[in-house]
Amino acid sequence: MPLRHHIMKGDEGMQHLIEMSGIKKSFAGVVALQNANLHIAPGEVHAIIGQNGAGKSTLIKILTGVYRRDAGEVTINGTPSTVSAPREAQDAGIATIYQELSLVPLRSVTENVMMGYEPRTRFGMIDWKAAHKRTREILDRFGINIDVKAQLGSFSTAIQQLVAIARAVSLNAQLVIMDEATSSLDDQEIEILFSVVRELKKEGVAVLYISHFLDELYQICDRVTIMRDGQTVGQHVIAETTKLGLISEMLGRDPEEIEAAGMTGLGGGEKATPGAPLFEAEHISTARGLKDVSLTVRKGEIVGLGGLLGSGRTETARALFGLDGLKSGHINSHGGAGQIGTPAEAIAAGVGFLTEDRKREGIVPHMTVRENMTLALLPKLKKMGRVDRKRETDLVERFITSLGIKTSGMEQPIRELSGGNQQKVLLARWLALEPEVLILDEPTRGVDVGAKFEIQSIIREYVDRGLGVLLISSEFEELVEGADRIVVLRDGASITELQNPGVTEESLIAAIAHHHAEAAA
Amino acid sequence: MTMDNNVVQNTPKSTGPKFDWSLVARNGGAIALLVILLFNVLVTPNFLHPQTLFVNISQVATIAIVAVGMTLVIATGGIDLSVGAIMALSGALAPLIFTSPFAEANPELGLALSIIVPIVVALACGVFNGALVSLLNVQPIVATLIFFISGRGIALVLTNGNLQTFTNPAFSYLGTGKILGFPFQGYLVLIIAVCVWWVMAYTVFGRQLLAVGGNERAAELSGVPVKRVKIGAYVICAGLSGLAGLIVVAINSASDAARIGNLMELDAIAAAVVGGTLLQGGKAPIFGAILGAVIIQLVKYTLLANGVADEVALIAKAGIIVLAVYVQQARKE
Repeated sequence: MPLRHHIMKGDEGMQHLIEMSGIKKSFAGVVALQNANLHIAPGEVHAIIGQNGAGKSTLIKILTGVYRRDAGEVTINGTPSTVSAPREAQDAGIATIYQELSLVPLRSVTENVMMGYEPRTRFGMIDWKAAHKRTREILDRFGINIDVKAQLGSFSTAIQQLVAIARAVSLNAQLVIMDEATSSLDDQEIEILFSVVRELKKEGVAVLYISHFLDELYQICDRVTIMRDGQTVGQHVIAETTKLGLISEMLGRDPEEIEAAGMTGLGGGEKATPGAPLFEAEHISTARGLKDVSLTVRKGEIVGLGGLLGSGRTETARALFGLDGLKSGHINSHGGAGQIGTPAEAIAAGVGFLTEDRKREGIVPHMTVRENMTLALLPKLKKMGRVDRKRETDLVERFITSLGIKTSGMEQPIRELSGGNQQKVLLARWLALEPEVLILDEPTRGVDVGAKFEIQSIIREYVDRGLGVLLISSEFEELVEGADRIVVLRDGASITELQNPGVTEESLIAAIAHHHAEAAA
Repeated sequence: MTMDNNVVQNTPKSTGPKFDWSLVARNGGAIALLVILLFNVLVTPNFLHPQTLFVNISQVATIAIVAVGMTLVIATGGIDLSVGAIMALSGALAPLIFTSPFAEANPELGLALSIIVPIVVALACGVFNGALVSLLNVQPIVATLIFFISGRGIALVLTNGNLQTFTNPAFSYLGTGKILGFPFQGYLVLIIAVCVWWVMAYTVFGRQLLAVGGNERAAELSGVPVKRVKIGAYVICAGLSGLAGLIVVAINSASDAARIGNLMELDAIAAAVVGGTLLQGGKAPIFGAILGAVIIQLVKYTLLANGVADEVALIAKAGIIVLAVYVQQARKE
């Protein structure tokens, strides 16, 4: 590994590809970065980690010209950077692959890869033959073999992401920034992505890798930069670190302290005997792919939904919340009488639903923290035809304090908050309704380690006070530690139920896998 | 790795008092209004004459009333192209009612009906628009195109395409009445603006409307009755358009279905945009829309009063819209 060698020895004398030092940035008086540094060597895979709100994305946006820095120095290949717009960053060899792709799904692969750089014929028309050929060559380098004339949108997210990377590299990128690139990929697709990252590295292209999944970093990264509270607090060769060490540095806490507290905040509620049933689904099926799901949520317990991607977990939640009409079966809610056919009726029956997609289905970005928090509660805040402002602000104040929401005030637009704090506001939106049952779909996804623990603790606290929770999580750890029972789903049907205590990650995986093997046989 | 030296000042913010451009962007409307007023005081003859004020108030009223409704619709992420046609429809209906034999026999009842019926018809048009948009998921621009095309047609059919002239002082009060020397419809605009502003700021409906425009999925999942809220916006907009149609007829003591509210949809959208409404929804600056209407009216008046042809005035109006959009874009940063 010649590269690694290079990096470890060469902090003096050798030239960094990117050097950012002493970066400062504030937004309307709120400090986002106060002393941030980032050094990336040519051809290395560099990770950047930190809690939400630590300043990772701000630092990157300064590098790519989206924001302008207040102070500090940025050099690219040793020369001071003049990048002040994303387009200029691209010209300087910095390409960004975002979580949400910035490609055109309805156009062909070739059009997407060549966009803006189409080869021309003598008459100034696009030379399609050459364009297809060049696109094929570019994709071949990464071992992607697809029909370049087909619509980009007809391929999986992983392929689309790879096409975006291929495009970036074809534009002579020296640095590819991947922002949460794996969050929507399955295991196999992640493997493909990683091999592409290794390929890039071989060709001398540096990769800046942002991810909440620490395990991934150990698989492909060379070095890691850790940020906390707008500052760079550490930079290590990743092979010399431990996961616990990274977490403690991110949080600024002692490793021992974290280990003692357990890995999630959901555990510890196993003593209580299950209460009265709140909510029962019996053999429900929907047009969206649910075939036969039955489950019960009782007072003061967390029921987990286990299963693989596509097993029908989110679909179950949608059906229970009245988003998808039932084809057969029925739902009994003991909170309120009546049919659940719309979200409004579900809410009236005492059911809440914290959705998986915070941006698309959760926040109203223009609105303030206060307005977002009370959106579902509004009808209950009505007093003589108007919203009771006094009661509203009291309530919001209370939740900001009790959930530890970091905001400059309840009138701050929610879009300015970090992901974890947005999630807390949305959690408060439901808790404020004092629901009987709360459906949580991936409540801690895309949230940093600290906020994750806090959110889990809040959920546990409310469950201990009698809330019934239906928990969907892709993290087995969260399910196994948190849930009192786990209903295992496969192909839209509930196939078995595991009872805690006694469930381990292994036994959960076995339950899922066993039934899969059975299905295959 | 030293971190504290080499701090480069990247923005010239701290170099003494400097002109803050964001201030201009934020108060663009008010500044534009001041500039136009100043220009008129200096250039336009008789601008400070009270008569000028009255003329402008009575003319801006219809734009402002419709712009308030339009602002609500745009705030849901929609648009309403049918406002002008609905004005024509209600404006054609009113004289038909109070010149009918029944109304001649019962003048009070006839007068009341000639105001109530057209507005009810307008509200029904709004229900239709809203139902198409929210229940059948028709794109707003297409849904409201139906009345944009047919509304004026219906009005022309009702009146056989004739110009209806009348003398009915009680009805004309809507357009020519004065309270404390100021035109009646000026007060009407203020009352409507304050009411709608209050609704948007303090009621559940207002908050839900902004949430629907800001993120419809999120609003629906939070139990907001999205469909009902959207229909509400279109109904209010249509009702206000109906009222504006009555005012136009009252001002002229004549009703010409082919001309009432002609191109009003563009004026109203322009006023809303100049006033700071985001076309993608989620914001409803009611007083901004009034300000926008005033600016557009004053520009029209300025050019007219200084002998610039009507056609050229249209170009100027386009210029204002471009400028307003530009300022909005700048403000986003």
